[in-house]
Amino acid sequence: MGAVLPAPREEPTVSVKHALLSLLEQEPMYGYQLRQEFESRTGGTWPLNVGQVYTTLTRLERDGLVEAAGEDEDGHERWRLTESGHEEVATWFTTPVARTQPPRDELAIKLALAVTVPGVDVGTLIQRQRSASMTALQDYTRLKRQAGAETSPARADLAWGLVLDSLVFAAEAEIRWLDHCETRLRRAAVQDAGTTTAARSAPTSEMAPASASVDRRKGARR
Amino acid sequence: MSADLGTAALRLLDVHRVHGEGEAQVHALRGVTFAAHPGELVAVMGPSGSGKSTLLTIAGGLDEPSSGVVEVEGVDLTALDRSERARMRRTSVGYVFQGFNLIPALTAVENVALPRELDGVRASRARREAMQALEEVGIAALADRFPDDMSGGQQQRVAIARAVVGERRLVLADEPTGALDSETGEEILRLLRARCDAGAAGVLVTHEARHAAWADRVVFLRDGVVVDESGSAPVEDLLGAGRLG
Ligand SMILES: Nc1ncnc2c1ncn2[C@@H]1O[C@H](COP(=O)(O)OP(=O)(O)OP(=O)(O)O)[C@@H](O)[C@H]1O
Ligand SMILES: [Mg+2]
Repeated sequence: MGAVLPAPREEPTVSVKHALLSLLEQEPMYGYQLRQEFESRTGGTWPLNVGQVYTTLTRLERDGLVEAAGEDEDGHERWRLTESGHEEVATWFTTPVARTQPPRDELAIKLALAVTVPGVDVGTLIQRQRSASMTALQDYTRLKRQAGAETSPARADLAWGLVLDSLVFAAEAEIRWLDHCETRLRRAAVQDAGTTTAARSAPTSEMAPASASVDRRKGARR
Repeated sequence: MSADLGTAALRLLDVHRVHGEGEAQVHALRGVTFAAHPGELVAVMGPSGSGKSTLLTIAGGLDEPSSGVVEVEGVDLTALDRSERARMRRTSVGYVFQGFNLIPALTAVENVALPRELDGVRASRARREAMQALEEVGIAALADRFPDDMSGGQQQRVAIARAVVGERRLVLADEPTGALDSETGEEILRLLRARCDAGAAGVLVTHEARHAAWADRVVFLRDGVVVDESGSAPVEDLLGAGRLG
């Protein structure tokens, strides 16, 4: 193989573009400042490197969305929004994030394959994943407790708290989904066993690959 | 299993519990080994019927194992007689039951004071301790209300107060957030967590992953067997991997 396929329409960077634009809606800022402001609002959950900030700014200038706003007293080159930059921000905040194309979910894909490929111990796969997701959830919760303890009213802390809640709810949804998968697989295993032998119990580690009973369409989580 | 079992507030060793006889026999626990240490909150998760309540009632001395060892603060419960066990239960162990379990004819403060009075503490002192516990859970103002005149969340706080009154060192809670909305449920967890941070050992049975996540360890039960356990990894490992750029 070797060749890396280009990502379709540079999807991930779209958020960086809009994040920077909306920060500039607040006031003109220089590159490093933009990065810091972004990270304080998202708690460094999605680290942004300075190089990325500068490349994005260059592209935004080329597209006529930002322009140079002169230097501040320390000689930092600042940027501000153009008229169409303001419009772009307004549009971003009033348009729902597209949910028509489900984001590629490695876990869902892995499970879909695990239940159809022979010889995979799906029960153990689910257990390990649940344990890992639970550990993540515990860690987010600990961060939340720490954040909650420093009752500072700053807007950036509120923003970070909401980002944390989003991670908490996503991890919780994942665990609930794993529980659900396990229950369905056990039921399917019991049914399979019922049609062949009269065996009653179906230990989790011997879940049968339930290829026929997995409903492909309804698995989406959002 | 974690750490030094010698210092455990609660310790179960190869515990089995079989309900019923012959055909109708149910093997609710099959060799469970489990410990909770002072300062630690442990969550137990598992599907309905996996043995969570059975584990908790055995830990609290409300039920006896068919075989295995149960120790509370180093004392083997199975070696105690009925009255010694009852005493241990009242003085060391606080129990929050699945569903509300307050006595409707008693006010909030009387409900909380009851276990202390049963234990022979003078009424005035029992009341003082009960008021303190109610204060701790933030509803001292409702002390003289009857359970029927309180919301589900308020009743559950009274139940928590009753489980922690008089410095109980082991707190066992069976679905304490059951019927509560997510905000109130989180408040209950904050209370349990604070108790454990203050040095008690706690065991929390819950269906909700978001609530279990308040625990230091999460134990997963399936068909009466501990199948897995999750601890915690450094936060940095989780947050490092950026997805945005
Ligand atoms: N007194 C009893 N007599 C007979 N069987 C019992 C008794 N108590 C519990 N069981 C059985 O033991 C198993 C475990 O029950 P347990 O109450 O511990 O489950 P659980 O995990 O708490 O479930 P839930 O989430 O529904 O509360 C179940 O199959 C249950 O039917
Ligand atoms: Mg139960």
